[in-house]
Amino acid sequence: MVLSAADKTNVKNAFSKIGGQAEEYGADALERMFATYPQTKTYFPHFDLGKGSAQVKGHGKKVAAALVEAANHIDDIAGALSKLSDLHAQKLRVDPVNFKLLGQCFLVVVATRNPALLTPEVHASLDKFLCAVGSVLTAKYR
Amino acid sequence: MVHWTAQEKQLITNIWGKVSVEECGAEALARLLIVYPWTQRFFSSFGNLSSPTAIIGNPKVRAHGKKVLASFGEAIKNLDNLKGTYSKLSELHCDKLHVDPENFRLLGDILVIVLAAHFTKDFTPACQATWQKLVGVVAHALAHKYH
Repeated sequence: MVLSAADKTNVKNAFSKIGGQAEEYGADALERMFATYPQTKTYFPHFDLGKGSAQVKGHGKKVAAALVEAANHIDDIAGALSKLSDLHAQKLRVDPVNFKLLGQCFLVVVATRNPALLTPEVHASLDKFLCAVGSVLTAKYR
Repeated sequence: MVHWTAQEKQLITNIWGKVSVEECGAEALARLLIVYPWTQRFFSSFGNLSSPTAIIGNPKVRAHGKKVLASFGEAIKNLDNLKGTYSKLSELHCDKLHVDPENFRLLGDILVIVLAAHFTKDFTPACQATWQKLVGVVAHALAHKYH
């Protein structure tokens, strides 16, 4: 699966429109993921996962920052996320299936907060982008 | 058998009551064909699917989307017997249509996103969780008679 020039433009534009709200999008996506796919909570036994949790907000900020970084280096996502990829392979070892779940929740967040942004074309591009990010983060697993 | 809490049933019927089956169905199917273009393999008789614009404007896509979502309406009336409700459709999708059940999961995810865009902040995390559960259970019921 390859990101076309149009996909890259769509993704960059989308993140530019999301702008400073990316952190909130990240936190919202995590909250939705924990609510919708409770098994994902197993990776956060050390977190307070209650509503409004500062830890979830903080983690959402990190997730969003990584997505923004990937979007800003969309021609070399593997390079941009190399250290995160190492971290997920060596330490975190989040099962690959979960990246799709978070990706779905991120798209839902975009849909609820900025529906006009999520045209079918942008939806397709963002979905591909999120898949690509997931692939990079699991690339060194074995 | 799937268990639905009173809150889940409420969240389902509240949302469903405000959904235009025709609009949401058309949009969900169009987005499925656009976001996951390999799903077009089932619709070679639908004519022009050559671009997002063509897909969105395609009357067969609209009509079929409406049909698919109308069947969801049946599911919602029969939450306690989804396998029974979808038994014949399951056989059809296996024996005649030869649709990989993974496609039901893809459509379900798309439907949730369409609803999210439509309802925005009213599509709360609890609402999303309930609807993802519903689309998952529908997908499971549709796959149940596969052999």
